Amino acid sequence: MNNIIVLPMVIPVLIGIILIFLGPYTKAQRWISLGVMVANAGISIYILNRIQTEGILRLDFGGWTPPFGILFVADSFSMILVLTTSIVTSVCLIYSFFSIGKAHETMFFYSFVNFLVAGVNGSFLTGDLFNLYVCFEIMLLASYVLIALGGRKVQLKESIKYVAINVLSSWFFLVAIAYLYGTVGTLNMAHLSERIAEAGQTPLLTVISILFLTVFGLKSGLLLYFWLPGSYSAPPTAVAALFGALLTKVGIYAMFRVFTLLFYHETSITHTIIGVLAGLTLIGGSIGALAYKDIRQIVSYNVVIAVGFILVGLAVATPEAIEGSIYYLMHDMIVKALLFLLAGTMIYLTGTANIDYMSGLIRNYPLLGWMFFIVMMSLAGIPPLSGFIGKVLVGQGAADAGSYILLALAFISSIFVLYSLLRVFLSCFWGETIISVEDEVPLKKGMLVPCVLLTLVTIGLGLGAESLAPYVSDAANTLLNPDVYIDAVLND
Amino acid sequence: MKINNVILQAVTKIVVFIILTLAVYLFLSGHNNPGGGFIGGLVLATAFVLLFIVFDIETIQKALPFDFKKVAALGAFLAVATGFGSLLFDAPFLSQSFGYFDLPFFGKTELATVTIFEAGVALAVVGVVVTIILSISEDV
Repeated sequence: MNNIIVLPMVIPVLIGIILIFLGPYTKAQRWISLGVMVANAGISIYILNRIQTEGILRLDFGGWTPPFGILFVADSFSMILVLTTSIVTSVCLIYSFFSIGKAHETMFFYSFVNFLVAGVNGSFLTGDLFNLYVCFEIMLLASYVLIALGGRKVQLKESIKYVAINVLSSWFFLVAIAYLYGTVGTLNMAHLSERIAEAGQTPLLTVISILFLTVFGLKSGLLLYFWLPGSYSAPPTAVAALFGALLTKVGIYAMFRVFTLLFYHETSITHTIIGVLAGLTLIGGSIGALAYKDIRQIVSYNVVIAVGFILVGLAVATPEAIEGSIYYLMHDMIVKALLFLLAGTMIYLTGTANIDYMSGLIRNYPLLGWMFFIVMMSLAGIPPLSGFIGKVLVGQGAADAGSYILLALAFISSIFVLYSLLRVFLSCFWGETIISVEDEVPLKKGMLVPCVLLTLVTIGLGLGAESLAPYVSDAANTLLNPDVYIDAVLND
Repeated sequence: MKINNVILQAVTKIVVFIILTLAVYLFLSGHNNPGGGFIGGLVLATAFVLLFIVFDIETIQKALPFDFKKVAALGAFLAVATGFGSLLFDAPFLSQSFGYFDLPFFGKTELATVTIFEAGVALAVVGVVVTIILSISEDV
């Protein structure tokens, strides 16, 4: 019995509900939520190791065997992402303890963080396309609440845009699922893969796959990222960090799953389109990252660039590139959370988001400055840090496949990432100190500790990439060989 | 000017019981026929909403002193907890079981764990619908 693989989703749901009853007891809420995330991290490490010995695990809900029932499937790819989600969420929770404020905490903030994580983990684990839609909705509903909670004018403005765009894309998602069900008559992913392989990927199915691409493009910010920088800069720092780290990654995960498991027969059409979109995303994101002086916008456009970069790996689809994308996904979840936390801390300390009005912060807050430096190096892909391995592998894959334009765009975009953050660094941390010692806002330890933790994780991920290699190559192997997945689900 | 709605109030006092009965009927019939927790819950919620509209909110809140947000949470908890309960019996998540029992008054009756799940759904629906209506009414 593999009941354990449902726990990363069900524990947050159950605890999220229980926390509603603990309304006024914010201290209990804090520690319980943190405990849930730490427990989830432990569970996912355990499952990840079990997958290495026993192969892909699955759980049929209520004993209904596939393809008739709904099921959860845990392979290395999903468990790696669940693990990273748990780590990032724990750290963002610690940051929120000291920054979010009493008003949020009594308005069920921690419950909704739990629901958000439940939706994210459910999306990673599900083996059924309609269930994926449901988990997306759980995640989105929680994110609607989190983005609007607090009710500042900018939040309400952005949340209307955010809700509208996501309701629209969810509707597209539903339509795409209906088309697919009407065409092949099943929604179990393994069963779908089998049937599409049998019938051949007809033009009709390719069109449906493009519809899925549009949906996931909207969710992950692949070219259709116009809503992203605004929405991600509106909510409080801890929430923005969670969004930046998790939400787009779920869209990317879904794209990887759908285009490696289901629609992998017509790569000359679908993967070429993904490649073009990824390239355009890299260009657009790079322009955006340089165009703004608002640090929140700069950071949000860095999320967009990373989306483009990861999908270069999918477009190329060689084993190295896929492995590189998986490494880069983990790296990006951690580093983007860190980047959002650092940017939010800088805004908290200076009271402004415009980089022109910040200067010489490194004298006031040396540790903060050095951490920003490390995160910048990590994002640019400097060797001992975590961004390096992903960039090398994706680059190697693109070179092997002969996609030199994507290769060039991917690496030029890295330079733009470096330049955009270097601009922030030079303007905000270097230069003359404009904050005198008396005016200095004390930097709370509670804000510093999460940043230090994530910095350690990015260094650790860079140095310990070797020990992760077996898991990542297993994940890439499953993605590239759909039969492994199908066998585990249908032929057991 | 105070609106005179004596007739409406008098009718409501009777109609509410009819609605509540229908809600329970729909809830129970859902096991084998159209109906179930969601529909039963919606009908149950309409009874409450009718009361809130016909009488004023303060009066009804005195009569029904629940925090409907908590009712919704309780319902959701019940629904998830029944799914979770199957873990204790080493069955797959969300498994259900049923059995036949000889109850003193009803005779041989089928009792199923899914009814607890449905009760959770019904409570969640009632809680959410009433919360929505009450928050909208606060705005006006």
